[in-house]
Amino acid sequence: MSMYKKFVLTLISFLLISFNAIAASDGKLILSENEKPKKIKDCFEKLNRATFSFNQGLDKTVIKPIAKGYRKLPDPIQKGTSNAVKNLSTLITIPNNVLQGDVKTAVINTGRLIVNTTIGILGIVDVANKMGFPKYVREDYGQTLGAWGVGPGCYVVLPVLGPSTVRDTAGSFVNVLGGDPWYNASTHGNNEFLSEGLYLTSKALSGIEFRANNIDSIDNLQKNSLDFYASVKSLYLQDRENKIDNQTRGNIEVIYKNEEDWEEIDSQ
Amino acid sequence: MKKLLLILLLFSLNTSNVYSLEADVFIQSTVNRAAETLSGSFTKEQRVEKLKEIAKETVDIKGIGLYSLGTHRKGLSKNQLTSYINVFEEYFLKSFSSRLAEYSNPEIEVSSKKKLNENYTIVSSTLVATDSRPEVKIDWRVYTKNPENLLIRDLIIEGLSLARTQKEEFSSIINSNDGSIEALLKNLSDFSSK
Repeated sequence: MSMYKKFVLTLISFLLISFNAIAASDGKLILSENEKPKKIKDCFEKLNRATFSFNQGLDKTVIKPIAKGYRKLPDPIQKGTSNAVKNLSTLITIPNNVLQGDVKTAVINTGRLIVNTTIGILGIVDVANKMGFPKYVREDYGQTLGAWGVGPGCYVVLPVLGPSTVRDTAGSFVNVLGGDPWYNASTHGNNEFLSEGLYLTSKALSGIEFRANNIDSIDNLQKNSLDFYASVKSLYLQDRENKIDNQTRGNIEVIYKNEEDWEEIDSQ
Repeated sequence: MKKLLLILLLFSLNTSNVYSLEADVFIQSTVNRAAETLSGSFTKEQRVEKLKEIAKETVDIKGIGLYSLGTHRKGLSKNQLTSYINVFEEYFLKSFSSRLAEYSNPEIEVSSKKKLNENYTIVSSTLVATDSRPEVKIDWRVYTKNPENLLIRDLIIEGLSLARTQKEEFSSIINSNDGSIEALLKNLSDFSSK
């Protein structure tokens, strides 16, 4: 465990250093809301591309086959797993709702967590949804940093975990530094029912679940891409932008943001 | 009598709005045409050919091609631009039809529209959920400069713009080849002849 901690600390300090370096090169760290979003730089492109190929190899040999197997499981099991990992994620969403000043949603999500963990048997059944709770939207520490005006920094591809930005990676570390109650309880909880293994299993399941739900679209994208790395990067960054602005999917504001790029195109 | 007047008035209000009404009707009819092709009893080749025909009539392929070049567009000679537009069209039709051909029996419901400005209207629609996938939100950027000839310029799936993704992909290819467009042209024609 102490080895692990050391590793985490080294990574964080590395990230903070690179974060500062980027801040310095841009002259400032903060990207205020009214500025046009700057293009996110791919400062580590060579390394990123190498990591990306590594991840693709891992996906092909391990993750995708597991995801395919997962998809063959009976629907109720898949649904239950998906609900349970979603329920665990509310533990991260709630503090982030508060940090973003959205106390109302924090209260609603707390209600959702209580109902689903108890009546919904550890989150396996999404009772709150059936009771008519508002649609659940995940929030994480990376999004909170973004909402606070911290710029994304460079684009990074993490081994195994995939696309991220310096800011979002830093945000993920908050989870293991006390920001995720589920991590705290399972790893430091002195509880005979919970363990670090259980925590890691829940994270792995959440990844497999995501991969399983996107098998066809990812295959399709890969088949039709000239530069798969660049396509994935673009889609990831667009999705994060929307999430940080808390745009509902397909919201008109998302579309309107880059309007000037379209204005000069005259094909007729 | 009053009722009749009211009905007439409502009717005239409606018809004066016919222009903006058309963008969603246009999308719904295009989608229906594509759906007929996808669910009809055709061979795969016939299906792909029919989809290409629909795309040629309803999508502003040249416009999307120019948009996808982004700022690189400005440094090109006339000849380069012409050959780019040609290879792009072939690439686009191939990748578009192969993406679509995978969807059998897609059911799309157009729900609303919003006029952005004189040139663009966004039409919102939903790809209805099936057993194997959840519902998908799709928005269509319709180019309305010529009201007689509406054209699709972008598909925004769950908030992700296909045109923007393509633009960033092309830009990545051009940049990793010292800003030369030749590599992109080769990539595009290689894809089409695959």
